[in-house]
Amino acid sequence: MSKTLFDKVWDSHVVRNIEDGPDVFFIDRHFIHEVTSPVAFVGLRSRGIGVMYPERTFATADHNTPTWNQHLPVADPLSANQLEALAKNAEQYGISHWGLGHRNNGIVHIVGPENGITLPGSTIVCGDSHTSTHGAFGAIAFGIGTSEVEMVLSTQCIMQPKPKKMRINVNGKLGFGVTPKDVALYIISQQTTSGATGYFVEYAGDVFEDMSMEGRMTVCNLSIEMGARGGMIAPDEKTFEYIKGRKHTPKGADWDKAMTYWETLYTDEDAEFDLEFNYDAADIEPMITYGTNPGMGMGVTQSIPLAEDVQGGVATYKKSLGYMKFDEGDDMIGKTVDYVFLGSCTNGRIEDFRAFCSIVEGRQKADNITAWLVPGSHKVVDQIKEEGLDKILDASGFVLREPGCSACLAMNDDKVPAGKLAVSTSNRNFEGRQGPGSRTLLASPLVAAATAVTGVVTDPRTLMEQVSA
Amino acid sequence: MAYDKFEVLTSTAYPLPIENVDTDQIIPARFLKATERKGFGDNFFRDWRYDSEGNPIADFPLNDKKYEGSKILVGGKNFGSGSSREHAAWSVYDFGLRCVISSFFADIFRNNCLNIGVLPVQVSADFAQKLFDAIEVDPKTEIKVDLPNQTVTLVSTGESETFDINGYKKDNMLNGFDDIDYLQNMKEEVKAFAETRPF
Repeated sequence: MSKTLFDKVWDSHVVRNIEDGPDVFFIDRHFIHEVTSPVAFVGLRSRGIGVMYPERTFATADHNTPTWNQHLPVADPLSANQLEALAKNAEQYGISHWGLGHRNNGIVHIVGPENGITLPGSTIVCGDSHTSTHGAFGAIAFGIGTSEVEMVLSTQCIMQPKPKKMRINVNGKLGFGVTPKDVALYIISQQTTSGATGYFVEYAGDVFEDMSMEGRMTVCNLSIEMGARGGMIAPDEKTFEYIKGRKHTPKGADWDKAMTYWETLYTDEDAEFDLEFNYDAADIEPMITYGTNPGMGMGVTQSIPLAEDVQGGVATYKKSLGYMKFDEGDDMIGKTVDYVFLGSCTNGRIEDFRAFCSIVEGRQKADNITAWLVPGSHKVVDQIKEEGLDKILDASGFVLREPGCSACLAMNDDKVPAGKLAVSTSNRNFEGRQGPGSRTLLASPLVAAATAVTGVVTDPRTLMEQVSA
Repeated sequence: MAYDKFEVLTSTAYPLPIENVDTDQIIPARFLKATERKGFGDNFFRDWRYDSEGNPIADFPLNDKKYEGSKILVGGKNFGSGSSREHAAWSVYDFGLRCVISSFFADIFRNNCLNIGVLPVQVSADFAQKLFDAIEVDPKTEIKVDLPNQTVTLVSTGESETFDINGYKKDNMLNGFDDIDYLQNMKEEVKAFAETRPF
């Protein structure tokens, strides 16, 4: 029978199918971090059960770690307590732990792929909704709750009904200044924040085939923002090239054996999806959001839609614009911005720093902008230095911080103050996401860079033309 | 984490007719720093319940005396979108609620609720609107949620709708069981399966 990529990976991981119930679903790789795992360990202890396969779980501290002076003790006692709990739990149960200060420490969805833990055709979960990132490698990867973290620790399985299948095809060639982030924000704006709820998405077409692994991770990362459980892209030569030789990637005969499996990971020609969408790359321009969910996005040169023209409740729409202190019909270009954040599991990879630097090189940070540039891992930091990007940033008045989730969810000190407007390369513009009262505009690293040097929302193409002229 | 059985619940309800309520509103990230499951009810909808000085916002439905003690929340479409934090479901439970009714739920939030003993009841948009209207007219409007029969009823008029839940999860909720109880009993099967995995 013809199968989709998703079917192939899902079906090969079903341990038991419960009639009128979920599948008992086997998990190959499990990531844990300090925020959503402690209660799972409390549960294990209260039940008197252990961890079944500690070698399949990987612990990393990232959500509430400071991004400045990481060598000093963590000042916030509650954060310090969670970090200590993660270290102790990992030690007690024999789980690999990359805590603060460890060379492999960083954002879980960045260090996983960097270390070859993320593999095609595998199943990956973590108590974090952006686990969908790992789908870029042809894995089924999604976020779970803490009860499920406890299930994976204790039995390496969770209980999940199989989601429906959606394919999103984007064909054609992306325009000048249009990045993977824009592709994702465009798709979400078309789907709305709930359009893909109940589905697992496969991304297909020229645009994703041409995309780098970093770009594919950005796209899959944002799948959850349209409600999808996850998104995936069929592995290809680029995928295999990326993972080859990494710390946890199979080697030698194991690689060959794995490769035999990986080469079967594509959607059969006549396989069926429950829903399919086609978009044209030529319709996508650099994107920006204007509201309080990631579905409220548009081309950066456009103006905010009128309430009468949007789907959904008018009261909710007006509440959202009210929070943002924007009016219907406003242009986004030219709005004065206070903060720029480059980083997160969405855009904290080397490619994102290269893009940012391509715009700020030879220019200066605007005086009204506070910029937080937060690489996703120490490996990203090393690469930034190897490529001399740190010198460009330094010359332009930017400072590089230390790895972590940072201002994406503001659990550490990197909080955007109430009322302030931030252009952020992260993934959520919810009310208060970047600090109580903060206002967030989601955008690509290019838009963030253009805004950082001008001080106002700026179409990066205007600056890129200057460079190429 | 065991929870109380859920069979039939008849209660007044808090109305929250706002769409796309995300988990950052249900419980903001800065309140996720506990290492035990304690005290999440206090910070349920923290930034909508309190102003920046920490004073309660009196007319926000969850603070409004006329709904006090309700065990049900009726929310707008796409309730619980965003993060996978189970803390959002815990805060619902710890605030004293056992059931959330909406015309549409985000996936992970729905799963998390089912795993900890909060019943997510998905109704039609029309029925959700009927509930909001009835509560607006009479804040003491009672809603009956009958899990064995999978029905939700507006008590005053007798109007009723059925809702979906799979048989396995229904059985769990009726008995206060959780998935770990089930999984613990199939470890040998899992072990045999794990040996077949290529990595």
